[in-house]
Amino acid sequence: MSTNRVRVVVTGLGTTTPLGGDVASTWSALLDGRSGVRAITEDWVDTVPVKFAGVAAVDPGEVLPRPEARRLDRYEQFALIAARQAWQDAGAPEVEPTRLGVVVGSGIGGISTILNAYDTYRDKGWNRLSPYTVPMLMPNGAAGWISIDLGARAGTHATVSACATGAESIGYAIEMIRSGRADVVVAGGSEAAIHPLNIASFAAMRAMSTRNDEPHRASRPFDKGRDGFVLGEGAGIVVLESEEYAKARGARIYAVAAGIGITSDGHHISAPEPTGIGGKTAMLTAVADAGLTAADIVHVNAHATSTPVGDEIEARAIREALPGAPLITSTKSMTGHLLGGAGGIESIFTILALSERIVPATANLDDPADGLDVDIVSGEPRKLPGGQLAAINNSFGFGGHNVAVVFTSA
Amino acid sequence: MAVTEQEILAGLGKIVNEITGIPASEVTPEKSFVDDLDIDSLSMVEIAVAAQDEFGAEIPDDQLKHLKTVKDVVNFIQN
Repeated sequence: MSTNRVRVVVTGLGTTTPLGGDVASTWSALLDGRSGVRAITEDWVDTVPVKFAGVAAVDPGEVLPRPEARRLDRYEQFALIAARQAWQDAGAPEVEPTRLGVVVGSGIGGISTILNAYDTYRDKGWNRLSPYTVPMLMPNGAAGWISIDLGARAGTHATVSACATGAESIGYAIEMIRSGRADVVVAGGSEAAIHPLNIASFAAMRAMSTRNDEPHRASRPFDKGRDGFVLGEGAGIVVLESEEYAKARGARIYAVAAGIGITSDGHHISAPEPTGIGGKTAMLTAVADAGLTAADIVHVNAHATSTPVGDEIEARAIREALPGAPLITSTKSMTGHLLGGAGGIESIFTILALSERIVPATANLDDPADGLDVDIVSGEPRKLPGGQLAAINNSFGFGGHNVAVVFTSA
Repeated sequence: MAVTEQEILAGLGKIVNEITGIPASEVTPEKSFVDDLDIDSLSMVEIAVAAQDEFGAEIPDDQLKHLKTVKDVVNFIQN
């Protein structure tokens, strides 16, 4: 690694999740081991085989003014709320607009808008559609609205890589700052996909848990009894800056966004490559990019979605890549799987684990799968030691996307 | 059943408030949508669509651009 390369630091965090409407409430729920998953009560629930989800704890309609909310798809609402929190948390830097960027993506985009608009078109005609239909359905809509809100002119991007989206956005943002295109970038992911069509479609893949009698125990990564992922919704967004810029303005620094590793499986559209080489290489690439060695990694926020196949392959990849016996957790056991939002919220959890020196436990890990041979935190949170620490957030996505982000303590 | 000018004005005030957040009490007949209420062209389309739902009166695009004030819209709907 070049010694004079620009270092990128994290100065702001914002989120809205099934556990809470902000970072503090979400983090404290994670440390308490609470579940954000609940039974779905909408009338369509009888039409789908999965009857629960991680619904956002705070409805975005309660946060945003009505005229603003009605022009945004729900995924854009989550993103704007999280971005504003992160921006305030960073102290609302007075950055030159041409030096401020946005990278915020979604796995699916404004799908509820698409479906509702189609009903309007079919039942009432084209001229009854909202003129905001297109900006609400497009997957770069959230990034666009955030750029308007903050007056960002250094470039607005929306990565789309299914469940790796949030992490890939953060990786892209790191590269934007390193290459000199921006001093400050707002980055992360958002998703609002709790719609019967999505549940039906994921169920058609046999990818979702159907533990309908125990929703809060359905997301059980690494457990023998796991039977699929649990759909969640929300957004996680961070403010990244060059270290030089952050220090010059006296910003509080949570962590260093030290390395990014991205690979693709080139194997199957939804199933992970069975040896885990893609995830392993992403982690090793990120570690090298951070100028570290694999044994330096003390904590991994795993992608582990509670699917029978994926969790064990990831455990193998971690075991083979990282010899330092890192403490592993899957916070999806409590939030559910936020798809494009996952990499955003889980990067925040990785950053907080480093800054607070504590790793949340994986909930529902009653009977670990055989042969995992990795140190998964369960039961109670575990403390991290003092000193300079490094951790990884893993995010993998349908399409064969593997993203690992290395954060180090400030 | 004929709708009175007052009823249309009140209904239009509710629609404008819903779409833009402007208090319904500010939606008075002499106000210009663009100059006084700062409503952009996309919002005018939203208002026209909502007015159609509310009053059943379709406002064609070539008419909409001539409706400058609140009173213009009220008159159009009434006729």
